[in-house]
Amino acid sequence: MEVEEVVRLPRLSRVAVCGGTHGNELSGVYLVRELLKEQKKEEEEEEGEPMSVVMVLSNPRATLQCHRYVDTDLNRCFTHAILNGPLSDTAPYEMIRSQELNAMLGPKGSPGATDFVCDLHNTTANMGLCLIAYSDRDWICLHIFKYLQRQMPDIPVRYIHFDISHKESYSLDSVGKHGFAIEIGPQPHGVVRSNVYTAMKLGVQHMLDWIRFFNSGASFEGGVAEVFTMVKHIDYPRDKETRHITAAIHPQLQDRDFCLLHPDDPLFQTFSGETLRYKGTEPLYPFFINECAYYEKNIALSLARKKFVTIPAIQVQTDQEQQANEQGFTSEEEEEE
Amino acid sequence: MDRVSLSPLSSVAICGGTHGNELSGVYIVREMQKQKVGKAGSVSVTTVLTNPLAVDACRRYIETDLNRCFTSALLSAPITDSTPFELRRAQELNALLGPKGSQEAVDLVCDIHNTTANMGLCLIFYSLDWITMHIFKYIQSKMTSVPVRAIQLDTPVSEAYSLESVGKHGFSIEVGPQPNGLVRADIYNTVKEAVDLTLEWLQEFNSGTTFEGGEVEAYNLVKSIDYPRDPTTNEITAAIHPELQDNDFKLLQSGDPIFQSFSGETVKHEGEELYPFFVNECAYYEKKIAFHLAQKNTLIVPSISAKKG
Repeated sequence: MEVEEVVRLPRLSRVAVCGGTHGNELSGVYLVRELLKEQKKEEEEEEGEPMSVVMVLSNPRATLQCHRYVDTDLNRCFTHAILNGPLSDTAPYEMIRSQELNAMLGPKGSPGATDFVCDLHNTTANMGLCLIAYSDRDWICLHIFKYLQRQMPDIPVRYIHFDISHKESYSLDSVGKHGFAIEIGPQPHGVVRSNVYTAMKLGVQHMLDWIRFFNSGASFEGGVAEVFTMVKHIDYPRDKETRHITAAIHPQLQDRDFCLLHPDDPLFQTFSGETLRYKGTEPLYPFFINECAYYEKNIALSLARKKFVTIPAIQVQTDQEQQANEQGFTSEEEEEE
Repeated sequence: MDRVSLSPLSSVAICGGTHGNELSGVYIVREMQKQKVGKAGSVSVTTVLTNPLAVDACRRYIETDLNRCFTSALLSAPITDSTPFELRRAQELNALLGPKGSQEAVDLVCDIHNTTANMGLCLIFYSLDWITMHIFKYIQSKMTSVPVRAIQLDTPVSEAYSLESVGKHGFSIEVGPQPNGLVRADIYNTVKEAVDLTLEWLQEFNSGTTFEGGEVEAYNLVKSIDYPRDPTTNEITAAIHPELQDNDFKLLQSGDPIFQSFSGETVKHEGEELYPFFVNECAYYEKKIAFHLAQKNTLIVPSISAKKG
């Protein structure tokens, strides 16, 4: 008789919820402010070991100006090289800030880092709710994903995997031992839509609930998760001299994030009315279709492969297991069968 | 009402990028310049990227909103070293397309804008003008893909602050919803169709066609409502309610929800039944406008044709 092996993982005692990493992605800004207000009013009553939740407005200067960033994109400043590099007098604001955040929530890669970092984002693309993570084997992230899918049936919930090494991972959520970005769209930058704010509030609530259940000893059944792994980006066609875009996302692709794109499907419509088609040979899943902030990063859309990942049952470690673990910083990969 | 004879129109200016992050107009103007569109029949066509610095930065404006710089007072104010970029630019545009109020001014100015509000296609006018009302009627009759509406602001010309008030006739083409800083193909196509129909109408009119009069429905701005704000920080404390969001031009009645606070409470509309528009326009947060409210009025427009000879 087969007995499901339960993977035991360390408690998540310290959690961070960050908003305003991009100062014009407003759901996270207002949600963090609201959660800070709520936290001031009530005291956390926990059963068992307390979990501390820190709320952070990551880029206060950009938030004040309601711009994505002041000098440079904060959410590209968390690679090991940037976090540990020297800072000159003329260093961009966001590089100074990423080192501050690393001191507060990290240091990245160390045993002292925050257990779980959740970073809140919005996109102009029609992506519903996405969790974006660097791993397709982080059982904590994948279990939270499954839980959100069950608890939030009214909104599409998906998991996007960027296959980038820990050292090269560049976003804020990579500072914690576990983490992901919660990306919700569509919402224009600089605008708050009630439905998007509410979805984000619920998503964060359910995530924190799951972490509390996990910490309290609940075991979570294994299962299968659908994961989208980023393969490549496609840029807009551009004028050779001016670099201005010469086409927009085709009306038949616009808003169709995660609808399979086949070779020869329309991709762009030029400003003179011509259709340009997808020239790839492999059907792939498009996402971040027409994300405003990506025009300057030369990305019109990103493309992913879909796969199914088997997730084991998990449960929090016992105190003895936890102590033994604190001898060395063990990665999830080592606990896999 | 008798048929009215009006002078033919000989010049039109198509303007884009007045707000540098409202991109339909930017790309329409660039495409027209690429295609070297200089004439539409007997009508000379000028295309202008009105705020090129803001377009380069992909921002609404650099120092101040260009589309508030065209009052007669601001256009005649002396320029000093500390004059904001947009005030200088407004005076340059006034020299190019105006001067406002003079015989030399361009016959028709069309200024292209986008909004994050779900407004479909709107033509925004300062005052009753039979030329522009007929262009509106024509566009409305020919465009079936999106709702087409007229908004009237009812401001005297000298106080009119936006670019299109520089021409002898003028209107803004406002299309949404589109986030700032990006181009949607469907919105671009809507704007292009509206511009093409405008040029088509001008040619028809000049060639002697009579345009039948009739009734035109227009929305007249009555007042604006701000977001609820924190008295100390001035930050907004609520978002547009989900039942109002995207429901521009749907009659708002007393008791209807208008805001949902970040802690979940509903704020309701109290007072007159009015039509909301510019609901949740991104650029209006700083202008303290959550949405505008309008009355709907029916106007009678006479038949018109161009004077001969």
